Amino acid sequence: MDFKNAKELLALCVEQNMRISDVMRQREIEEGETSGELCDARMKKAYHIMGESARGPIRKPVKSMGGLLGGEAKRLSDWQQGKGRGKSLCGPVLGRAATYAMAVLETNASMGLIVAAPTAGSSGIVPGVLLALEEEFHFTEEEMIQALYNAGAVGYLAMRNATVAGAVGGCQAEVGVASAMAASAAVELLGGSPKACLDAASTVLMNLLGLVCDPVGGLVEYPCQNRNAAGAATALTAAEMALAGVPQLIPLDEMIVVMYNVGRRLPAELRETALGGCATAPSACEACGKCS
Amino acid sequence: MSFISVFDVLGPNMIGPSSSHTAGAARIAYLAQKMIAGPIIKAEFILYGSFARTYRGHGTDRALLGGIMGFDTDDERIRDSFQIAEKRGIAFSFTPDAEETEVHPNTVDIRMENEAGQKLTVRGESLGGGKARICRINQVEVDFTGEYSAAIVIHQDRPGVVAHITSVLSRHGVNIAFMRLFREGKGDIAYTIVESDGRLPENVSDELRENGNVHEVMIVQP
Repeated sequence: MDFKNAKELLALCVEQNMRISDVMRQREIEEGETSGELCDARMKKAYHIMGESARGPIRKPVKSMGGLLGGEAKRLSDWQQGKGRGKSLCGPVLGRAATYAMAVLETNASMGLIVAAPTAGSSGIVPGVLLALEEEFHFTEEEMIQALYNAGAVGYLAMRNATVAGAVGGCQAEVGVASAMAASAAVELLGGSPKACLDAASTVLMNLLGLVCDPVGGLVEYPCQNRNAAGAATALTAAEMALAGVPQLIPLDEMIVVMYNVGRRLPAELRETALGGCATAPSACEACGKCS
Repeated sequence: MSFISVFDVLGPNMIGPSSSHTAGAARIAYLAQKMIAGPIIKAEFILYGSFARTYRGHGTDRALLGGIMGFDTDDERIRDSFQIAEKRGIAFSFTPDAEETEVHPNTVDIRMENEAGQKLTVRGESLGGGKARICRINQVEVDFTGEYSAAIVIHQDRPGVVAHITSVLSRHGVNIAFMRLFREGKGDIAYTIVESDGRLPENVSDELRENGNVHEVMIVQP
């Protein structure tokens, strides 16, 4: 069981009466010549690493290697728990998703253990969204692992038919694809159809189209961490739209091509070279003098 | 097109912050140390391109040193690899070479020396997403990713050596996926890299060494 694009994936879902996650899991077993037990165990391990990388910095903030990050996730978490003077604007799901997404980037930037999803620079979004949904809706671990296969299917389509490298396609290929993965997984978890999953993924890529990769000092720290929080928010809004049945005009396959074409047209300065965007703002350059 | 696994998307499990600058670097050094009989007492790293410019902030140096000590890309000891290497008495140094531009953007040369005084220099490239390849052993251009179970045979470029290698592998029922020979010059030192579909039995190395023209055999398992 294999598929090259979203159209074929959707056809398999309809023919076999399977969810996207089921098809992706079956594909891994058959094409990867492995067993369901081994795959699930590996996925479970990944989910545990994700959980630890998201919760660690909230318990104990850590300073990043480049010195630009440390303590952001704890601040957000404290604020949401009413430890500040105001009230949380985002509510529990989005609030936690953003917090966890930033926490994973803090773990990553301080040489902690993370799961690239699909890349290290965008590793906060899938765990951020999934952990927040697990806590809010009390899903089982099996359901969360199943959701990861769904996310993996969307990431695979982007990797196969476009790129997930910031150096090739800008941040839209990293944070954009990660958010598309999270949106699709969220829709399946909440009982949406395979088509609704892919619509949500398409909406995300549309909304993050053109996002540039401009890391300050060339390091995976800033604005990467902020963008992971923003990516989680984009994923949740797109998932909500898809679940509500808001139509998406452009199918995922087309949107992946659109994203790829936009990415390749981005000047090199805006593709992970730290020669443009936020990386060349005077304050960023000043801050960076301290980090190299 | 090669198979893209769901774990290529949700993975690798890795020590941050960068799959190319940290995980890929650890992977190169991990493969490099497999090519020399341990323990390693000295490792010099020459960094090129983006590695040369941003290695500190990405922990490329710690990842390389961790890899030399056999730490995998998800080993949390990578963060403390300087202290661990010092405790183990391994001498190490990092030299950025930002002038050299005729290389892949994320390239490192690793000069290793083991307790027996043997030396080996390996060049590796980090290809992104934690993937890496070894592209040079000493002065010979090679191509090796370590994704398959592999035997690296260092031998004299003489007739019959390749036949010897394939017959030994055949006796063990090994199915060869890829086999390539790289040499320093005609009749000179050659490197044959054999990658197999299944896991290579460890004891093939002794049998491979039985041929007088074979100098060294290294088995690298994925």
